Amino acid sequence: MSSASDLLAAALRLGCGVRQLPADALPTVPCVFFANHSSHLDFATLWAALPPAQRRRVRPVAGRDYWEKGPLRRWLAGRVFRAVLIERQKVTVATNPLTPMVDALDAGASLIVFPEGTRSPDGQIQPFKSGLHHLARARPTTPLVPIFLDNLNRILPKGDFLPVPLVATLAVGAPLAFDPAEAKTDFLVRAQLALVALQRP
Amino acid sequence: MLADRATLLLVGGIVALLALASLITAVLKSRQPAGTLNPVIANLDARVRAWWVMVAIFSAALFTGGLGSVILFALTSFFALREFLTLTPTRPADHRALFWAFFVVVPLQYVLVAQRWYGAFAIFIPVYVFLFIPIRCAVGGDARHFLERTAKIQWALMVCVYCVSHVPALLMLDIPGFSGANARLVLFLVLIAQLSDVLQYVWGKLFGRHKIAPVLSPSKTWEGFLGGILSASAVGAALWWATPFNPWQAAALSLVITIMGFFGGLVMSAIKRDRGVKDYGNLIEGHGGVMDRIDSICFAAPVFFHLVRYYFT
Repeated sequence: MSSASDLLAAALRLGCGVRQLPADALPTVPCVFFANHSSHLDFATLWAALPPAQRRRVRPVAGRDYWEKGPLRRWLAGRVFRAVLIERQKVTVATNPLTPMVDALDAGASLIVFPEGTRSPDGQIQPFKSGLHHLARARPTTPLVPIFLDNLNRILPKGDFLPVPLVATLAVGAPLAFDPAEAKTDFLVRAQLALVALQRP
Repeated sequence: MLADRATLLLVGGIVALLALASLITAVLKSRQPAGTLNPVIANLDARVRAWWVMVAIFSAALFTGGLGSVILFALTSFFALREFLTLTPTRPADHRALFWAFFVVVPLQYVLVAQRWYGAFAIFIPVYVFLFIPIRCAVGGDARHFLERTAKIQWALMVCVYCVSHVPALLMLDIPGFSGANARLVLFLVLIAQLSDVLQYVWGKLFGRHKIAPVLSPSKTWEGFLGGILSASAVGAALWWATPFNPWQAAALSLVITIMGFFGGLVMSAIKRDRGVKDYGNLIEGHGGVMDRIDSICFAAPVFFHLVRYYFT
């Protein structure tokens, strides 16, 4: 399984033109990677670019409503990418989206989250939803690593199913420190600006 | 087609030249104080290594006969187009036009080359594709920067696909007394264009003082330009025995190849400066992207092709 997934990662890197990140570009402990979201390829590209040690432990956080529709999506989310599926619509105490994320972190997984909540229609970074803040407050020592994904909205834009083989790029920023004294909105703006800062001028 | 004596001699000569380059690089490296490496020498080292890989792939394609070369240049076009369009802003309404460019235009142009169908090969992109692309973008329904967007896609296809396809198209020419040896024309064109690039670099590094185009390409100097094109053309003249040309014709055609190659490099530099990048990509270690390596061939190939076609077939 691990060699098949290495092969898939190599194929994805070739297809999107990204290189594997060097092992020392990222913390080795479980992390929360947060990235901008503009394409279905975002998670797969980020996953493929991670150094093998992080790739083996990383799990994407995805909307249960979308990824439990149909056998293909369920198989991809469940078996291939081991997604942490969370409730986006009818959130109750029993379906608190924070619980499965924190459980996964505690079990030694890293997470990939897209704090905009959904894909941006034009590639511009949208305001962040508060999930990232809840997660950071629940596990304040987990590194929050910003990753900016460029060009993927041109490779496979929202609403189209035919990809165009352009070159994607991926920029990693320094991990964000969590400060419990900081207001939620300030934290979310700071996290969003950390991604904006990685954008090419 | 294969390995006739003249082709083997040419390839052997290239291998000997690369061996010499590797030797010089090794000597330069060994003369550096321990633990330090001059960035120019590090880059030279990376470039020479990449040259070995490129020469291996190119010769392998050449020796497989026609189809190998057609496939190699089709892939070259595909990767060059990818680099070019990545740097070129387009809008979401162009997405399907881009899809056509990569997955229909590139393969079809090279199918026409493989079929040796000159009439269709010569007009497919400049007539049909150049009309189709704006139509497909217009159907996308977005008028913002329309002329700019369509012009960029058309120009990308012109340089990366149409121009590059003239290299393997040399295989379709019927030259009296040269049948079955056209692979040597491909080799001649690529060798002279690339050698001219290398020699311009060497002459420029050794004697370059007067910049030709400081804004577009600060490394291009008059000394490098004149030394490079004249010495590469002298090599071209000396290789006349491998071509259907006499020594004077070989010299004149080499001069055309090197001058067009120089201007190809200049134009592609202007595009890079406009987009604010130094290289088109990072696929080839030390050289940059595919487009950085083939810019001179892009401009030299169509002119060389038509001169040979007009005067020698």
